[in-house]
Amino acid sequence: MSRTRPLVAVPFFPGSNDDRDAVSALERLGADARRVWHDEPALPDGTAAVVLPGGFSYGDYLRCGAIARFSPIMGAVTAFAADGGLVLGICNGFQILTEASLLPGVLRANESLTFVCRDVRVRVEQVETPFTSRCAEDEELTIPVKHGEGCWFADGDLRAELEANGQIVLRYAAGENPNGSVDDVAGVRNAAGNVFGLMPHPEHAVDPLLGSADGALILGSLIDAARLSNAALV
Amino acid sequence: MKATVLVRPKPGILDPQGQAVESSLRHLGFAVAEARVGKLVELEVKADDAADARAQLERMCEQLLANPLIESYEIELQDDT
Repeated sequence: MSRTRPLVAVPFFPGSNDDRDAVSALERLGADARRVWHDEPALPDGTAAVVLPGGFSYGDYLRCGAIARFSPIMGAVTAFAADGGLVLGICNGFQILTEASLLPGVLRANESLTFVCRDVRVRVEQVETPFTSRCAEDEELTIPVKHGEGCWFADGDLRAELEANGQIVLRYAAGENPNGSVDDVAGVRNAAGNVFGLMPHPEHAVDPLLGSADGALILGSLIDAARLSNAALV
Repeated sequence: MKATVLVRPKPGILDPQGQAVESSLRHLGFAVAEARVGKLVELEVKADDAADARAQLERMCEQLLANPLIESYEIELQDDT
């Protein structure tokens, strides 16, 4: 494996607030992470992966992520994803990816209508992905959520299709669903497998001092995959 | 041309906001059921005629104003002549 630090771009928008945490976690886990303002038309040269961070882009106006998806940088992210580039969306990043139709389903107001901020346990349903390769099958991770609109929804037909394709990567463990998402879905990937979104925040769980280091398994998997894709380019 | 776009949660889609409003109205003593909360967007659109305006508004709804997975929309043109 190459020893280089793969370049991970972290696009941020007016209202993003987890971009610095994402950069800090990625750097600590071996990536060269760089924040990229939403107004940029292109990703930095050599970008090996993109992480769309959490927050409240554009004040969550209209629908969460609905306005951010039209930012100039999202054109570059969409093209990057279409070429097979690795894209991870965390919380608001997940919302942006569903609004951009890069991920299936939609994130709605929590069933409780309250903002939820606590650690949850999630079960890894798929380990053969660039985002969960460091996890064990059915492993339960403890990662915090903090959102008001994380209730993932897709109709029955779409859910059956996603299930059959192995696109449902993370589920809340029994009794842990913080938002009422259908089938306890916490994270999904696209059909090609290179785009993944989740509501929990792995970047807030990379040190036992913060309560859990399980998030490092997700971000570390992404960095492993980014390193390989970097090596493939060289 | 002035237009109003109504965006509603699709039937069958859980609407916790509607439920909260309904329960609040009940607490106030109103006998209500099936409350649903949507959005109303008022705007002015530059268009050659009503058909052009309507076509533009359809595109606005598809691209931004509504999420077709969970919402339906209705377009009203004020000076629809």
